[in-house]
Amino acid sequence: MAWLLAILETLLFIAAAPLLAGWIKRVKCRLQNRKAPSLFQPYRDLRKLYRKQPITPHSASWIFRAAPYIVFASTVLAAAFVPLVTVNLPTARIADVIVLVGFFALGRTFQVLAGMDIGTAFGGMGSSREMTISSMAEPAMLMAVFTLAMSAHTTNLSQAMNYVLDTGLVLRPSFVFALGGMMLVAVAETGRIPVDNPATHLELTMIHEAMILEYSGRWLALIEWASQIKLMLYGVLIANIFFPWGIAQDFSLQALGFGVAMIALKLAVLAVLLVLSEVLFAKMRIFRVQEYLSFAYLLSVLGMLSHIILEAARVHH
Amino acid sequence: MTTRGIDGFGLLCEKFESQGVATRLYHPDQIPPARLLEINPAGWGKAAETAQLQQWRWCGVWAEDLEAGLTVNACLEHQGIYLILRTHLPDGQNSLPSQAPHYWAADRPERNIQDMFGIRFEDHPDPKRWVRHQAWPEDVYPLRRDFPVAGRQTEPTPPDSTYPFLKAHGASVYEIPVGPVHAGIIEPGHFRFQAIGETVLHLEERLGYVHKGVEKIAEGRDPSSLARLAGRVSGDTTVGHAWAACLAMERAAGIEAPPRAAFLRGILAERERVINHLWDLGALCNDVGFAFGYYQFGRLRELWVRENQACFGHRLLMDRIVPGGVACDLTPDTAKRMRQAIVALRKELDELITILDGNSSLEDRFLGAGFLSPELASALGAVGFVGRASGQSFDVRKDVPYPPYQQLKVRVPMEDQGDVSSRFWVRHKELRACLRLLEQMLDGMPAGELVAPWLIPDADSEGFAAVEGWRGEILCFVRFGTDNTIGRYWPRDPSVINWPALEKLTLGNIVPDFPVCNKSVNASYSGHDL
Repeated sequence: MAWLLAILETLLFIAAAPLLAGWIKRVKCRLQNRKAPSLFQPYRDLRKLYRKQPITPHSASWIFRAAPYIVFASTVLAAAFVPLVTVNLPTARIADVIVLVGFFALGRTFQVLAGMDIGTAFGGMGSSREMTISSMAEPAMLMAVFTLAMSAHTTNLSQAMNYVLDTGLVLRPSFVFALGGMMLVAVAETGRIPVDNPATHLELTMIHEAMILEYSGRWLALIEWASQIKLMLYGVLIANIFFPWGIAQDFSLQALGFGVAMIALKLAVLAVLLVLSEVLFAKMRIFRVQEYLSFAYLLSVLGMLSHIILEAARVHH
Repeated sequence: MTTRGIDGFGLLCEKFESQGVATRLYHPDQIPPARLLEINPAGWGKAAETAQLQQWRWCGVWAEDLEAGLTVNACLEHQGIYLILRTHLPDGQNSLPSQAPHYWAADRPERNIQDMFGIRFEDHPDPKRWVRHQAWPEDVYPLRRDFPVAGRQTEPTPPDSTYPFLKAHGASVYEIPVGPVHAGIIEPGHFRFQAIGETVLHLEERLGYVHKGVEKIAEGRDPSSLARLAGRVSGDTTVGHAWAACLAMERAAGIEAPPRAAFLRGILAERERVINHLWDLGALCNDVGFAFGYYQFGRLRELWVRENQACFGHRLLMDRIVPGGVACDLTPDTAKRMRQAIVALRKELDELITILDGNSSLEDRFLGAGFLSPELASALGAVGFVGRASGQSFDVRKDVPYPPYQQLKVRVPMEDQGDVSSRFWVRHKELRACLRLLEQMLDGMPAGELVAPWLIPDADSEGFAAVEGWRGEILCFVRFGTDNTIGRYWPRDPSVINWPALEKLTLGNIVPDFPVCNKSVNASYSGHDL
C-alpha cells in the first residue's frame, strides 16, 4: 500500500510539472498585459515534440543520445524522494537530501557533456557557463540544507518535515536565512530570470538553452519535461520544508486529498513570487551571477551561524 | 589663424590647389546641394589625406561605368557642406589609390567597388573581397555596363567557405561563429568572434548575404518605378530611402515638390522614426531579458502603425512618396486623429519611461556596455543615433536642411557617454523631439498641390540628396539616361557607416552582451548589402 502510494505520488509529480509551467506562463502573461495560452499548453507542446523525429548531429556520440534519458531519469528519481503530498513514504527512507543533490549533479553532468559532445561553440559555451554557475550554486544549496539538518538532526527530508510539523510554528532565524538562500539558489538552478532566460532566442546569452540547442523531437521533449519537473522539485522543497503544514501525515483519503490541495496552493503562490521576480528584473550580466550566488551562500551561512549561536545554545542550557 | 573669412570648403580647395590634386571645380548648380570637384586619379589618396586632416567626414564612394570610362565619386561632409570628389580613370587603367588608409569608413565601400566594378584600390589595408560571395566569379563585375540587368546566375549559389577571416591563435582563445541564419526574425549576417573565456578579443562581420542587385536592377527604370525600388532598399526605412531617391531625381529634373507635399513627406519620415524608435527601445529591453518593456513598447508601436494604416493606408508607409510629391493627403479629420494619438503616446511614454528609468537591473545592463568613445565615433564617421550617442551632433535635418525642415525648429538631442545606455536614451529623446516636430508640421501644414508635374530630365542629368532617416544620414545619387530612364542609382544607407562601429564597440565586452550591443546599433543588413 505504502509503495503503491509512493509510486502514485511520483507519477503525480511528473504529471503535474507541466501544469505548474503552464501556470507560471499564465501569471507571467497577466503581469505583462498579454493574453495567456491555455494552462495545458505545456502538455500540448510536449506531445507535439514527442511525436517528432529527433535529429542527431553528425558529430554526436552516445553521450548525446543517452543524455536526455539520463537527465530525465535522474530528475524523476529525485522527484520520487521528495515528499509531495505525504510524509513517511517508504521512498523517503531510502535516500536523503544529499542523494537528492547527487541526482541533480548526475543529470547536470550528462547535460553538460552532451552540450560539449557535439562540438559547437554554443554548446560548449552553455556547458562552461552552466558549470560556473552550478559550482557556486551547489555549495549554497548544501549549506542551506545543512542548516535545516542541524535543527532537525537529520538529513532525511521526511523526518525533517515531521520535525518542523511537531515543533509547530516557531520563528527560527536560521530557517528564514536558509529559506532566502534556497530561493535564490532555486532561481539559478532552474535557469530563470535574472540568472538565465528560458524564453530567449539569443544564442550568445543562453546558459541552459545553449546546451540543448541541438536537441529536437522526443529528446527535446524529455529535456523540457525534466526541466519542468526540476522547477517543481525546487518549489516543493521550499514549500514542504519551510511550510510543511497541510502535508498528509497519515494515509487516510481525507488527509491525502487535503495534502494535494495544500501543495497545489503553495506551489501556485511560489510561482507568483517567481514570476514577480522575472517581471521586475532584467537578466543579470553573467558575471553578476557570482555575486548573486555568493549572497545566497552568505544567507545560508548566516542561517547556520544563527542556528549555532541562537538556537543550539538554547537547547544546551 | 589665417583661415579667418574662409570656410572649410574654401580652405580645402586651396590645399587641393597647392597640392595639384584638383583639376576642376564645378559650378554650385551642377549637383546641389553638394559641391563637385574633379580630382586627378593619381591624387585620389592624397585628396583623402588632406580632407582628413581638415576634419572632413567621409560619407561614401560610388563608381559609374560611363561611355567615357570608369568614374569614381567620393562624398565628404564638413560643417554642413557636402563635397563630391570625382575622378575619371584613363582608358585601360582600373586602379586608383585607396582612401581607406586615411578613412576607416572607406574600407568596405572600396572593396565593394572592387567586387562590383573591378577597380583595384592600391595601398588598401585589407583588399579581400567584400560583397561578392560565390554567386558570381571573381572576374565578373555586375555593375559594369556589359553585365545584363537580368543577371547570369542559373544555379543555386554554392556555399562560401573560403572567406579569409582573421584567425587568432594562442592558449584558450576560441572562435564563435554566429549566423548567417539567426534565431530571431532578422536578416542574415555572419559574426565571427574570437574570445577568451567570456571576453571578446575580436569580432569580424561578414555581410552581403542579402545582396539583391538593387543598383543593377535600378538601371532603365522610370522615376516612379525607382521610387518604389528605393522604398525596398531597407524595409524599415522605406520612407527614408524613397524620399532620398525622389529628392535626388527631382533635383536632377530641376523640379521641386510643392510645400504641402514636403510637409507630408516630413510627417511620413517622422512617423517612420517613431515606429522604429519605439520598436528598438522595446527590443533593447528584450535583449536583456526585460520582457515587460518589450511588450509595452511593442504595444505602443502596434497602435502607431495602425494609426499609419488609418491615416495613410499603409502600416509602414510604403510607396507614399512619389517623384514630384506624395501619394497621400491629410484631411482635417486625420490630422485631428493624429494629434490625439501623439498626446496619448506621450502620456504612455511618461508612464513607461518612469518605470524603466527606475529599474536598476536594467540600468546595470545598459550602463557601460558597448562603449564607443567620441573619438572613435568621429574617426569612423558614425552617423545617426550611434554618432549622436557618442557626441557627434550631425543631423541632416539641422545641418543641411531640406524642405520642410528649413521651416521647422529641429532639436537634435545628444549624449556623450557612448554606451548602450546613451544610445537608448538618445533615441528616447529623439522620439520626443519627433512628436514635437509632428505637431509643428500639423500646425504649419500649407495648402496646395500634392504632386509637382514631372519634367523629363536631360540625359546625363545628375541629382544628389541627403535626408535624415531614422538610422541617420541617407545619401542618394541618381544619374538619368536617355528618355526619362535611370542610368545609375546609388543609395547609401547609414548602416554602411555604422556596421564597423559595432565591431569596435563590442571589443572587450563579454560575449553574452553582444546581442544588446548589436541591437543598440541596429544596422540594416539589406540596406548595406544592396
